[in-house]
Amino acid sequence: MTGETQAPLLRISALTKRFGGFTALDNVSVDIPAGERFGLIGPNGSGKTTLINCISGAFRTEPGTVTFRDEDITRLQPHVRTRRGIARSFQIPRPFRSMTVAENLMVALDFAAATDDVVSAIDRRDTMMSILTRMGLASKANVSATKLSQVELRKMELARAMATHPKLLISDEAMAGLSSSEVDEVLDLLMSLAGQDITIIMIEHIMQAVMRFSDRVMCLEAGKIIAIGTPNEVMANQRVQEAYLGT
Amino acid sequence: MKRSGIYFWTGAALFLGAALLMTQVIGNQYPFFAGYVILQFIVLAVAWSILGGYAGYVNFGTAAFFGMGVYTAVFLFKAFGAPLPVQIAAAAAVGALMGFALGLLTLRMQGIFFSIATIAATIIIETAITNWRYVGGAAGIQLQRPAVTAPFDNYVEMLFFVQAMLVVLAVAVSRYIQRSWMGRGLQALKDDELAAECTGVPTLRLKLMACVISGALLCAAGAPAAMYLQYADPASAFNLNYSVSTLAMSLIGGTAHWAGPVIGAIVLGTTQQLLTVTISSEVNVLVLGVMLVLFVVAAPEGIIGLVRKIRRKRNEGEG
Repeated sequence: MTGETQAPLLRISALTKRFGGFTALDNVSVDIPAGERFGLIGPNGSGKTTLINCISGAFRTEPGTVTFRDEDITRLQPHVRTRRGIARSFQIPRPFRSMTVAENLMVALDFAAATDDVVSAIDRRDTMMSILTRMGLASKANVSATKLSQVELRKMELARAMATHPKLLISDEAMAGLSSSEVDEVLDLLMSLAGQDITIIMIEHIMQAVMRFSDRVMCLEAGKIIAIGTPNEVMANQRVQEAYLGT
Repeated sequence: MKRSGIYFWTGAALFLGAALLMTQVIGNQYPFFAGYVILQFIVLAVAWSILGGYAGYVNFGTAAFFGMGVYTAVFLFKAFGAPLPVQIAAAAAVGALMGFALGLLTLRMQGIFFSIATIAATIIIETAITNWRYVGGAAGIQLQRPAVTAPFDNYVEMLFFVQAMLVVLAVAVSRYIQRSWMGRGLQALKDDELAAECTGVPTLRLKLMACVISGALLCAAGAPAAMYLQYADPASAFNLNYSVSTLAMSLIGGTAHWAGPVIGAIVLGTTQQLLTVTISSEVNVLVLGVMLVLFVVAAPEGIIGLVRKIRRKRNEGEG
């Protein structure tokens, strides 16, 4: 698509999130343009997952606004945001355990993808199979979600997110706990998705993956942005090194 | 229509035909008295599992809905002499409203908190009815059955057939929900609400819809009970036994498929009727408890789950 407006796909303005007396996010503002591969890093507890919970709608924010495709979505429920085009995976995979892999994707196709146009059941099956094939899960279509390996679960979460037909995909540590060859596999998948006009926010602890993947990296510490820029700039930043390695 | 649909509706027609034939052929009243109760429990169990089974929200308030059905019928009959179909339809409307109100207030609570709230609702509604003189208050109210409509020559036979129609209605609704997008959404939110929400499932709206439909059917099932007993009092209309039996029947039958509650209600309902006649009405509560414990331990997915497991094992054995 070339006719995009100049406004960023996602704009986060002055976002603050408190849990009781604890400030998990402190006045965070960032713009993410369409098509960007955005890496989000930071030590444990720095607010990465809180930030994406605020973007996907699991948490309400006060104060601060989230604007997606020129629309203020701060007050929208998560399922409405999903239909607007924000999809996510979870840090700890959350499959629908009573369903097969195919059925997991059908939930997304039933509820999120078919809002624009009426799609027939056969078309939806085709869409589902093509997503599964792209994710390398076609042979697992009729397998129960409880029978999947860790890497397959990660891929299924991404596949389910893809089935919602997202404009923005948030991958929350999709590579945690995977072997290095599996990390490459998932990274390649994310790269290929990014090539298809999907903006991706990737949260990751595996630095090589973040460095390889990202156009731009943001580092959070204690709910504040301490660095933002190209991967090399951020890695060279004194405060980032301190945050990760300690002083 | 798909083949399974043809089978289903043929089965439903045969069932209704058989029920009608029974009322014309059998002279003894007892089978209808007993059969009515079993049919009533099928409706209750099927209706309950729409919210309790598909969505996984365990409703302990079956008695609240059932009792409201009874008292909607009592009120309409006393005030306007309303005929049975009107009583049932009005009860369904009341049940839907009640489901909506209860759902709006409680469905944001998850797990055990929702269940506790439904018990509280039962007590509140029962207390209100107990203090409403017009419908008899705590002492209850006697009702005189009107003349029976052809082709039936006995009111209980007619109620038996009416309840059989409610069974078909409840099962058809439950089956439709299970097989539609709504069933898939409910199953997703039962597995994981946040994941469902983030996959585009409007979880609160779906839960509310399930609560409204379930409530309407539970209430409708209660409406004919006033005429069946020719008497209504709050302590029996809102008896916790309805909640416990209904829940046990659904769980023992299995909630993953619409047929589960039907099987559970038939098995438990028949056992209860037999025990009531042969031993005592107290023993059937004990048996219910023991069966529930046995199933929770040995077959947590109910009879349906057990059958599926055996079938899967056999398939694997062949493969």
